[in-house]
Amino acid sequence: MTEAIAGMNLGTNDSAPNLAARPRPRPRRRTNRGDRIFTWLLRTASLIPILLMALFLVVLAIGAMPSIKAYGLGFLASTEWDPTEDHEAYGALPFIYGTLISSLFGLAIAAPVGIGVATFLNEVFPDRPRGLRGTVAFLIEILATIPSIVYGVWAFFMMVPWVEHTIIPATHAIFGKNFFLFAGQRGLSLFSGGLVLAVMILPMIVSISLDAIRSVPASYREAALGLGATRFEMIRMAVWPAARSGLMGACILALGRAMGETMAITMVIGNSNQIQWSLFAPSNTIASTIASQFGEASGLMAASLIELALVLFVMTLLVNTTARLIIRHLSAQKGAIV
Amino acid sequence: MVKRFVQVVCASLALVGCAGGWANAEVTLNGAGASFPKPMYDKFIAEYNRIKPEVKINYSSVGSGAGIKQISEGTIDFGGSDAAMSDKQLAEAKGGKIMHIPTVMGAVVPVYNLEGVSQPVKFTGPVLADIFLGKVTRWNDPKLAEINQGLKLPDTSITVVHRSDGSGTTAVFTDYLCKISPEWKSSIGSGTSVKWIAAGAIGGKGNEQVAATVQKTPGAIGYVELIYALENKIPFGQMQNKSGKFLSGSIETVSAAAADLKDVPADMRLSITNADGENAYPISAWTYILLYQDQKDAEKGKALVDFLTWVTHDGQALASQLHYAPLPKSLQQKIEGTLASVIVAK
Repeated sequence: MTEAIAGMNLGTNDSAPNLAARPRPRPRRRTNRGDRIFTWLLRTASLIPILLMALFLVVLAIGAMPSIKAYGLGFLASTEWDPTEDHEAYGALPFIYGTLISSLFGLAIAAPVGIGVATFLNEVFPDRPRGLRGTVAFLIEILATIPSIVYGVWAFFMMVPWVEHTIIPATHAIFGKNFFLFAGQRGLSLFSGGLVLAVMILPMIVSISLDAIRSVPASYREAALGLGATRFEMIRMAVWPAARSGLMGACILALGRAMGETMAITMVIGNSNQIQWSLFAPSNTIASTIASQFGEASGLMAASLIELALVLFVMTLLVNTTARLIIRHLSAQKGAIV
Repeated sequence: MVKRFVQVVCASLALVGCAGGWANAEVTLNGAGASFPKPMYDKFIAEYNRIKPEVKINYSSVGSGAGIKQISEGTIDFGGSDAAMSDKQLAEAKGGKIMHIPTVMGAVVPVYNLEGVSQPVKFTGPVLADIFLGKVTRWNDPKLAEINQGLKLPDTSITVVHRSDGSGTTAVFTDYLCKISPEWKSSIGSGTSVKWIAAGAIGGKGNEQVAATVQKTPGAIGYVELIYALENKIPFGQMQNKSGKFLSGSIETVSAAAADLKDVPADMRLSITNADGENAYPISAWTYILLYQDQKDAEKGKALVDFLTWVTHDGQALASQLHYAPLPKSLQQKIEGTLASVIVAK
């Protein structure tokens, strides 16, 4: 009887009494070598982005040192930008202003439109024939893959004249020519820059918002409808609050992208280094300035441009961190899903 | 499977090796810099390639400022710049001494966008300076009306268009403005990149974008090399020269600016803006090719010297086809001397 038991393959359970006189197998390790190597590889790979980011910061800081030493914190408040050899002076304020205003303006246009499109696609748009919704969503995502220089060329040739000949006269007709926000004549301006950015970040907002809205459980919707809500009330009461953090995340990511946009912006924003109140006046952004001027920069000018890059890096970090904190705060509230 | 992989790799390497061996007879020269002479250089390169097909030359228009920087760093074989390098820039060059070889002459013209104005608008130096300083803001300003009697200028606001990148065209233009406007000289100065203070001024990258922006913006005024105005059919104005005559930029008026050259320095860094001479166009300039005196690559050095010799002698006949002016004969001897002093490694 014991021979029969001993002959059976009882697996690796060594704690079972082994009555036959078989040499005890050595205790197995927890993990085998393949697993350990794999874990080590993954760990190293995950450290690489963090190291890269630290490297960026260090290299930027070193490159910007001459400018930081020369100007200190005043760099952020100065409106000078004079590259002439004898009397060089640099300051970041016009570019910080241009970057913030054009990005926020673009977001202000793209966010309602993008969230609206995503809501419409998921709640209202018919799915017959089957897959129609998916196809339309896919087509919108394709917009995101268009290179930004193509947007820039399109905007320069098509959008800027439209702004100059249609939008500006219409605005002047309503507000008058001298209203400070709209005093100005030029299509190549902050306004066009903001519009181009809006078009570029729209697909990103739509796809992320669509994901957020889709993941609201049907039970929420049904509950609202069961209480007698109309479709729009249902969206407003059940869908949007639940998807709130996802929608905000979409907007913040889009803002980050807008702040770093270079080629499209540099063709339509007018490249002027002065701060003006009007939306219809030319301006400049950090990314666009660096792109225009880095080719010829050396010495103090190059250091100032690198410091500008550092400023943009820090700005983007701040925006993203603030956004994450807001999202976490919102998620902790009742009703949030994503 | 590994054996097959190794076979494929060896076969590819052999092919690449063959191709490499084949390409040995070809020399490639890379240059970059000013957009001012780009159309002319394109033509020079195309013609030279017909004569000597084994020499491949690439020139990209990135602006004089970038051209100067790249030749200083040694990342290109030759640079193009309308602005001569300053002593400070020459000292910073990493490969030794840089020579300036003038190649062709051209004019910087004021282009504008005005509807219903059929004749060229006249500008004097001081008025042009005032426009770019932002002091004259409308086309029907009395200062413009005074010099343009008989021409009705509309009541449109002037939008100044300038270069947003480092530009030799800007250097030539601001050099001229410094000479005729003490206010410009003290408040702004000259260089490949300056501070533009006119309200609402717009910047464009390269001669190409300035031309396009002026074309699209009613009431705009900008400055570009003559060929860009002619090719894009943009109206350009006449400038008053030192003798008081109003002239358009053209081959004849630019040549007249260099007709009477006095005190040309040995390194040929000379500005010919605001020249004397009755027919001299005031915003003329010759543009330089920058190369190191010490050519470390024998093949490239020889090819470059041969190319430049051809450009400054036989190639000059092509200049007039594109409305650039050929170099004055008096410069050719100096150029020959400079090219002869280039040390090509053996």
